[in-house]
Amino acid sequence: MTKFLAGAGALAAAIAFAPISDAKADTLTLCWAAWDPANALVELSKDFTAQSGTEMKFEFVPWPNFADRMLNELNSGGKLCDLLIGDSQWIGGSAENGYYVKLNDFFDKEGIKMSDFAPATVYAYSTWPKGTPNYWALPAMGDANGWFYRKDWFENADLMAEYKTKYNRDLAPPKTWVELKETAEFFQGREIDGKKVYGAAIFTERASEGITMGATSALYPYGFKYENTPGKYDMEGAVNSADAVAGLEMYKAIYKCCTPPGYTDSYMGENLDAFKSGQVAMMMNWFAFMPGMAKDETVGSKTGFFVNPSAKVAASTLGGQGISVVANTDNMDGALAYIKWFAQPDVQKKWWSLGGYACHNAVLNDPGFKDSQPFAAQFLEAMGGVQDFWQEPSYAQLLQAMQKRMHDYVVADQGTAKEALDGLIQDWTAVFQEEGKL
Amino acid sequence: MQETPVFPASQNANNYAIANRAAAATPTGVSKAVRGLSDRSIAWLFVAPTMILLLAINIFPLIWTVYLSFTNYASNRPNRPVINVGLKWYRDILSSPEIWTAMQATAHFVFWTILFQTLIGFSLAYLVDRKFRGHAFWTTIILIPMMLSPAVVGNFWKFLYQPQIGLFNYVVSFFTGLPPSSFEMLGSVTLAPWAIIIVDTWMWTPYVMLICLAGLRSIPDYILEAAEVDRASRWRQFWSITLPMALPFIMLAVLFRGIENFKMFDMVMLLTGGGPGSTTELASITLKRAAFEAYRTGYSSAFAIILFVVVFGLANVYVKALNKVKQR
Repeated sequence: MTKFLAGAGALAAAIAFAPISDAKADTLTLCWAAWDPANALVELSKDFTAQSGTEMKFEFVPWPNFADRMLNELNSGGKLCDLLIGDSQWIGGSAENGYYVKLNDFFDKEGIKMSDFAPATVYAYSTWPKGTPNYWALPAMGDANGWFYRKDWFENADLMAEYKTKYNRDLAPPKTWVELKETAEFFQGREIDGKKVYGAAIFTERASEGITMGATSALYPYGFKYENTPGKYDMEGAVNSADAVAGLEMYKAIYKCCTPPGYTDSYMGENLDAFKSGQVAMMMNWFAFMPGMAKDETVGSKTGFFVNPSAKVAASTLGGQGISVVANTDNMDGALAYIKWFAQPDVQKKWWSLGGYACHNAVLNDPGFKDSQPFAAQFLEAMGGVQDFWQEPSYAQLLQAMQKRMHDYVVADQGTAKEALDGLIQDWTAVFQEEGKL
Repeated sequence: MQETPVFPASQNANNYAIANRAAAATPTGVSKAVRGLSDRSIAWLFVAPTMILLLAINIFPLIWTVYLSFTNYASNRPNRPVINVGLKWYRDILSSPEIWTAMQATAHFVFWTILFQTLIGFSLAYLVDRKFRGHAFWTTIILIPMMLSPAVVGNFWKFLYQPQIGLFNYVVSFFTGLPPSSFEMLGSVTLAPWAIIIVDTWMWTPYVMLICLAGLRSIPDYILEAAEVDRASRWRQFWSITLPMALPFIMLAVLFRGIENFKMFDMVMLLTGGGPGSTTELASITLKRAAFEAYRTGYSSAFAIILFVVVFGLANVYVKALNKVKQR
């Protein structure tokens, strides 16, 4: 009995003090958000396993919890991820805190050239400080906020005639935000196929980043800027310019006039549900969902896509991510080998064919690219005018402030657009002062 | 003076036998090690693991939080030098309109949930205390909501409140004639604070009912029988006997619910995420956002300490009042 107890104790001690990580040299864990492109990446990575013998594991976290989960993982020095496809806004903090491996030397050694990738994606997903040749990630998944619409409703002869009479133009995907609002108003409350439908599904989510990503899709085209002079943090007159106020008022107007009832806390998932169930004529959502939507059995053939409408300028809110090597990985060689493999033009082409948005010029500059998918031309157009949120190390605080100000104004109907943007400058100024940047 | 034996003789013999068996089973090494230890030392030996655990997971974090609250530490900036900021965060928090808005939202939530839960919970307990046919079954049914996870409750009430398909709007529509989609419980600044109160009341009234029921069942029958003999009316019996005697239990329920609702996070987070805007952003949600979304560790530590002091202070005052009521 004593021997048994001693043995059990030794076993318990061995279990208790054994390293938690089961990382092996021939295993890599890749962390990303749980969404359609992640499934495509699982498929793609089978080729890497076949070539290298490295087993791939994946940790996919749903979007609303993705930032919380992964940033806590990085901050706590966790060893869960060898590779991380992290949001573009994380790059400043991750570079300054040493969470990501700087890839310049590796790129030079392996002949990976950043000039082979679309400039907007390199700038947004790879560089810190912004625009400098310091690379912390390889552009992995290009993305921007775009629009989906019900092609079958837009091609309905009766609706087309009525629209033409009312607005003196054809019922077509809107090119400006004013057209978007009018088109949404046209559909709002209308009965189609025996069902009451609504104008547009837009982002209003409060907890993570939803309403900021939605509102900036209106703000950028209207001329909103973060700073008057890049890098100076001089926000007065840029963040709260008359153009920015007009953009924000437009977003609220669309929320008020044309969203389904109860649309107060909606992001990607809720919008997809509203669109697929035939509730809305148009839906704001990321390009990343377009391949899945195009293949959808119910609405795929009835769905069209268009670029974020313009106002003063053509602009879209940037999504997408770069792939980075986590600095405290136990399998650095394996992680770098994956990056090297992923950067190859052939792999990038397959990535696009599986539903991932490759950023490699070999894919984007291919003469057949625009016709390769029903949303490919729109993707190219959108990526030509993308703008991103702050990528500062303090981005989480900056984002949280904007979430609050936008939701207070748009959804809770408190104050004016000018007051919301003035308040945002106050919040952001406080953050930058705390950072010692102002 | 002869000492009174603790156990009767037969039981003493039994105890000795158990003690002997325990002594025989103790490994020689252990028995040698403890030989000569005083009873007090052995008692400490037994209590020590729990004490160490408590110190490690309760007291140390508390002290560490107090320390962090005076620094600029941010958990997502491990390379930034940690400097002492003195009382800056405390001053910032106490003068922040957003924090006061969150505290007001919390106070509104705590006040109304406690009021409704106490009134309904006590009424239900009073009903269930009258033994009627099937009362055990109905008691079980009433208790179901408090057995559910707050996360589950938050999620399914989100569906119930959905203006197009939610049952809640249709029930209100049935009684008022309003179109179901004409109002949004979670999307309206006016209605959202009441929406979270309704859900918390639905979930936790059974808990208050249980405590009140214990209070009602603790009232000796002979007191009520004596009142009946004295021809006291039902109302007089309730007002002069039932309520005063159940009051300590009611106050205890209020204390428990007050502390719990002051810290309320999960259910409200799932239901509204603090929205619309910041209408239902309770103090704990503000704290979570500061600590784990904005990573302002020093700031959020100060806020946590302030909340702790408020809850601890109020609870102490309340417990003193409770003791006075019990002594009456």
